[in-house]
Amino acid sequence: MAIFLDRSSRILVQGITGGEGRKHARRMAASGAAVVAGVTPGKGGQDVDGVPVFDTVSEAVAETGADASVVFVPPRFTKSAVLETIDAGVPLCVVITEGVPVHDTTAFWAHACATGNATRIIGPNCPGVASPGRSNAGIIPADITAPGPIGLVSKSGTLTYQLMYELREIGFSTAVGIGGDPVVGTTHIDCLQAFEEDPDTAAIVMIGEIGGDAEERAAEFIRAHVSKPVVGYIAGFTAPEGKTMGHAGAIVSGSSGTAEAKKAALEAAGVRVGKTPSETARLMAEVIAGG
Amino acid sequence: MDLFEYQAKELFGRHGVPVPAGRIARTPEDARTVAAELGGRVVVKAQVKAGGRGKAGGIKLADGPEEAAARAGEILGMDIKGHTVLAVLVEQAGDIAEEYYASFLLDRSARGYLAMCSREGGVEIEEVAATRPEALIRLPIDPLRGIDAARGEQIAEAAGLPRAARAAAADLLVRLWAVFDTEDATLVEVNPLVLTGDGRVVALDGKVTLDDNAGYRHPEHAGFEDKSAVDPIEQRAKAADLNYVKLEGTVGIIGNGAGLVMSTLDVVAYAGEEFGGVRPANFLDIGGGASAEVMATGLSIVLSDPSVRSVFVNVFGGITACDEVANGIVAALGALAAAGDPVRKPLVVRLDGNNAEEGRRILRDAALDVVHPVDTMDGAARLAAELAAA
Repeated sequence: MAIFLDRSSRILVQGITGGEGRKHARRMAASGAAVVAGVTPGKGGQDVDGVPVFDTVSEAVAETGADASVVFVPPRFTKSAVLETIDAGVPLCVVITEGVPVHDTTAFWAHACATGNATRIIGPNCPGVASPGRSNAGIIPADITAPGPIGLVSKSGTLTYQLMYELREIGFSTAVGIGGDPVVGTTHIDCLQAFEEDPDTAAIVMIGEIGGDAEERAAEFIRAHVSKPVVGYIAGFTAPEGKTMGHAGAIVSGSSGTAEAKKAALEAAGVRVGKTPSETARLMAEVIAGG
Repeated sequence: MDLFEYQAKELFGRHGVPVPAGRIARTPEDARTVAAELGGRVVVKAQVKAGGRGKAGGIKLADGPEEAAARAGEILGMDIKGHTVLAVLVEQAGDIAEEYYASFLLDRSARGYLAMCSREGGVEIEEVAATRPEALIRLPIDPLRGIDAARGEQIAEAAGLPRAARAAAADLLVRLWAVFDTEDATLVEVNPLVLTGDGRVVALDGKVTLDDNAGYRHPEHAGFEDKSAVDPIEQRAKAADLNYVKLEGTVGIIGNGAGLVMSTLDVVAYAGEEFGGVRPANFLDIGGGASAEVMATGLSIVLSDPSVRSVFVNVFGGITACDEVANGIVAALGALAAAGDPVRKPLVVRLDGNNAEEGRRILRDAALDVVHPVDTMDGAARLAAELAAA
């Protein structure tokens, strides 16, 4: 079954006439994803590699039945692109764009909540979601790995690809890059829950990094709600101290936000945490082999 | 971007948040001038982006211009938690009746904003949160509504601010919210927020963090950038649009993708334990670029740090093809040599993923003395650490 994205997903690319949109629309289509429409205001009527372009998301949905959007528009236009997608009732919106002001993300998230969360937002600043062999919405090179029983959720882009590659012979049901921005539309917990409920997923790899308390919350969720084996990796033990949020930030976060704290929280929840990405892949291979 | 107190107060001033009268001074003479203009008792405050200034002796009272100059002379040049004081803020000393605390900030896990307010200001707020949590109120802020007069009143009341201060505090909170909202801040903190003897509410201190992603819509924020504090290599990297942070170590790091680079720092530090504590020298994310130009600039920047004894180039080709990266590395080394800046330190290169075999072949065939290809990330980190220790 996979999660969030499967064979039947019909993808619309926002910003399809731009360099990145065009390049990745081509790639997604070449990998077998159904790219059915593009949206660039003012360029309706054109086509990109045979994919029809529309002025608005509503028109694109009405004409093509698109049910998943991938956003490749510059940061200053991203909020309006996402709001438009939510208002058009598209069930999935994958925001690739890096550099979106956090106030914009908070605003479109609030709008999603205020309108019933009918649109799953992934990102921003993420590589997207890929279900190898089925579909691909974003910039993940899904062809580097086979379809299989592992579910992957990650804050990091290239680390995602590395894990997918090292475990390519076992394969993945779905890999979700949730991105590393401070406010994201889909969390580790959202993915863990979906993987727990997905019959195609037998085990889960979780990649986190310093900052915030998402991994600590995920650890609590795993302890209470996840029966499938979870292997983890945390990046940032050696990272320089980030900007201080002042004293206020330290109070709000449920954790010190350090890599050590995240590793400890995950291990306390029964998650095996690899010391390096390669070791993490080995741990997962052991799990699959019955270890 | 974290702002200095005086910059935060500048922003406050633009939104009508009451702040003490004052100006910055970079020399004792300037401090004398400002103090003379203000008249009476002044406070001389170190301008550094660190807490604990008072404890460190960086905040002093002065009666008149001569004392202000003397205090400024003592404070300028001080080191406070690793920051050198290059400027002081000279402000009119107020008549403080009570001290409160107020802040607005991004709440990551709630995916919204939080207002915090306490009747106990002027102390470490984490202490209040830990020992007297009931004294610190936290109220979620709806991003679509923000803070209006009613909400401001609600916050002031919930925090238990005395009736006499409430209306003024509420008005200040609405203006402080305007700073947070319109300036794209992720933190606006006032500690202490004071009630003066004559019943006014004034922001005696200010801490503001601005969202760098919003810089494009705040061209005036560029003036807040502190060039003096930035390491020259970091500055050069920034000018080249590269994400570089200098660390203390001997293995230079170049990688594609922030998560991968962070991971590379960790793996090199672990490998370095075997060689007596070899550490990574920097963080550098060159993004998806396989271009020779980006690689050359990256190498040049990393190697401009004299402590670097080896470099680990760690690339995982997702969409970027490893053969392109390999060509980029070979071309970069050629370009640097031609520019009279040849690479003499060993480069351990790990290419994996898309077209890795082709990429590795290109490096082998180029047979460059300084290039040491290693297939695995763990193996490459170990070699880079070993070469740095040699």
